[in-house]
Amino acid sequence: MQLFLPIAEVAVNAFLILGIGGLVGMLSGMFGVGGGFLITPLLFMVGIPPPVAVATSTNQIVASSVSALFAHIRRKTVDYRMGLILLAGGLFGSTVGVVLFNWMKSLGQVDLLIELCYVFLLGIVGLMMLVESLRALRRHRAGAPPQRRRRSRIHGLPLKMRFRISGLYISVFPPLLVGVAVGVLSAVMGVGGGFIMVPAMIYLLGMPTRVVIGTSLFQIIFTTAYTTMLHAVTNHTVDMVLALLLILGGVVGAQVGAILGQKLRAEQLRILLALLVIAVSLQIATGLVLRPGELFSLEPGVPL
Amino acid sequence: MRGLLALVALLLWPLAAAAEEVVMGLSADNVAITTTFDGESLLVFGAVKRDAPPPEGAPLEVIVTLSGPLTPVTVREKERILGLWVNRDWIRVSAAPSFYAIATTGPLGDILTDTEDLRQSVTIPRAIRAIGQTVENVDEFVDALIRIRMESGVYRVMEGAVELDQETLFRTSFDLPANLIEGIYHARIFLTRGGRLVDRFDTTISVEKVGLERWLFNLAQHQAFLYGLLSLVLAVAAGWAANAAAQALKR
Repeated sequence: MQLFLPIAEVAVNAFLILGIGGLVGMLSGMFGVGGGFLITPLLFMVGIPPPVAVATSTNQIVASSVSALFAHIRRKTVDYRMGLILLAGGLFGSTVGVVLFNWMKSLGQVDLLIELCYVFLLGIVGLMMLVESLRALRRHRAGAPPQRRRRSRIHGLPLKMRFRISGLYISVFPPLLVGVAVGVLSAVMGVGGGFIMVPAMIYLLGMPTRVVIGTSLFQIIFTTAYTTMLHAVTNHTVDMVLALLLILGGVVGAQVGAILGQKLRAEQLRILLALLVIAVSLQIATGLVLRPGELFSLEPGVPL
Repeated sequence: MRGLLALVALLLWPLAAAAEEVVMGLSADNVAITTTFDGESLLVFGAVKRDAPPPEGAPLEVIVTLSGPLTPVTVREKERILGLWVNRDWIRVSAAPSFYAIATTGPLGDILTDTEDLRQSVTIPRAIRAIGQTVENVDEFVDALIRIRMESGVYRVMEGAVELDQETLFRTSFDLPANLIEGIYHARIFLTRGGRLVDRFDTTISVEKVGLERWLFNLAQHQAFLYGLLSLVLAVAAGWAANAAAQALKR
């Protein structure tokens, strides 16, 4: 069934979009990541203009994060105070990100900015995850007990604060900075940033693993909601019909993914996710390095 | 007196000889873009009205053009910088039709002279205006614009797509693509003989979003804040509903 999207101004196959939402929802249910980093490039591939794809996927992430957060609230695995500090940084970061996005757009380099961000971040995060989970798998095979986390080196900074749920007493600057970085990425790449934030919270801030997902979801809801508003007001590029289709597909997919996830082992899941992330990164990198078939591109409107 | 009459007759003669006029019809004079809009077929038909039998010599040919609203476009060219393909030079095209289709009874080169083309702006390159260039090889950019739009199907040349019966009745149809933009579309019909214009007829078709499409588009453009809020409310409600449904299923 073809559906005409009012903002993207293209007709798309509704089932294809539902399928993309479902696939990404399934992965996010399996791996516990938002999946924005997959939705945005997939939307590019089906012909959605990049600015609309980026803005709309932030709206979709709001929905999937709200849906996932409820379970964490029930289990009391959300550190609200940490979430609010991350959020304060995140709001600042998104604003910077949207300004950067619009500036690069006026220079005609927004595609390059988005693609470079994807290549580097996905490449680095994917490799890190792969190495980490291979190591864990080897330890698991050898039967040795998992190593204790190293304490991070951020305890010398001023303005310390107590985070009761995380059991931490650290300076507010590291979480603020993590928030800013994730906010910028969220605006530029159309992602929630969970795949950056979760490792940063564990390895940089030293938060216990059980509160990490809930807290990052809590923060992501507000950053992506804010980013959605910024894109809606400055670029008019949020497509509500597209977002609804993605959300519908994603909701169903997430349930399927959660069931599948319980049947696979955690390390194997992580290796799968790492390989997937690296594959997406390589795919985008090839596009930048190989000579494109068409050297010219069109952009409606005239730059300022 | 006789000399004057002869002069008037001489002046009128070419007009009288070319007294062939177009009468035209359309299957629809407006196109509504709804949520399920999947492109539409537009039929253009008409007849040639004449007082005298068709003149001898070159046969009558018909050219029908359909043009979407003119919009500005930026054309960018990628160049290799530090091993990466990056947008570099660009031109702004001040007015290019968002949609342009030409249907004819025969090869354009044979049935329309360059002079007439220039005068009437019939072919695609003639319908595009590029100004304010920052690069020298402007033609390459304009060619690229035409090539990309031809490939995506919004620019079309359909030689031989007009059926002409007895040099009197003609018809052709345009398949409008699904990614139409709103606005006034201009349809023009040209009658030519031996490459020269005999008559021309213009009409318009309005294409507009209707219903939900129109409402959402206007809201997003003119009340962006409200639109953003509505998107968020929908997202939060959907997320909450999904969770509630999953909980209900578990029980």
